[in-house]
Amino acid sequence: MRTKILIGLALISAGLLAWNLYRVFDVLPDEANQGAVYRIIYFHVPSAISCFTGFFVAMIAGILYLMTGKLKYDVLAAASVEVGLVFASIVLATGSIWARIIWGVWWAWDARLTTMLICWLTYAGYLMLRRAVDEPTQRARLSAVLSIFGFAEVVIVYKANEWWRTLHPGPVLSIRNGGGMAPGMEAAIYWNLLALVCLGAMLVMVRMRQEEFSREIDSLRREAHSY
Amino acid sequence: MDNRNFQYMFLGFLVAWLIVIVYVVFLAMREGKLKRELDRVRKMVEKR
Repeated sequence: MRTKILIGLALISAGLLAWNLYRVFDVLPDEANQGAVYRIIYFHVPSAISCFTGFFVAMIAGILYLMTGKLKYDVLAAASVEVGLVFASIVLATGSIWARIIWGVWWAWDARLTTMLICWLTYAGYLMLRRAVDEPTQRARLSAVLSIFGFAEVVIVYKANEWWRTLHPGPVLSIRNGGGMAPGMEAAIYWNLLALVCLGAMLVMVRMRQEEFSREIDSLRREAHSY
Repeated sequence: MDNRNFQYMFLGFLVAWLIVIVYVVFLAMREGKLKRELDRVRKMVEKR
């Protein structure tokens, strides 16, 4: 059943990405001021939303672990953070490349960029913490606390444009009262978002299965050494 | 239109895809390693 879901998610994601790539390169026009480079938005924004979603899932899983003590929530949190971090890396990398053309620099210590970098470092720290603690229950508890408090960083990144004056553009999506994009362009962002969310869900499921293998290995090792 | 716009656009797409591909390869390698270790430990327990 799980394999069928994985294959289904992979096919949906691949199909959507391929179709959307065709639309982005062949159908949609260049942006009036930025030219072709604005197309980076079709990965940059969906990756940001996907990464925040992953970190949100990790926060909820952390809360559920602390409430119930069930390690399956810890497994979900770890997988979500890892996949979220991959998307966060895409956000930083694509944003930097886009900035090189638009602002003339690869990086600026702007509020949105700086808080996003701190967010990336926080969740990279989460993964390092997990490797440093061997005992599963203690690891799960510490990770849960970090995933809950770490989410505050996500809120700060999200609101950075409103709280501080930044180089980074404000909201462009109409659902955030942006309205800087033509409807056809905005639709492509949502389709790519769906594709990346399916891809993210698939990667989280694969990662969760690997965590279960790890736990089975630890359990069998304890059994072997108990003889 | 400036050619650099196209070059940086392709660079952006390339980097995004590379990050995903590298992570998928990393996951595949880890899965192989875990499966081998699981088989090894299962055999060790069975022998006992």
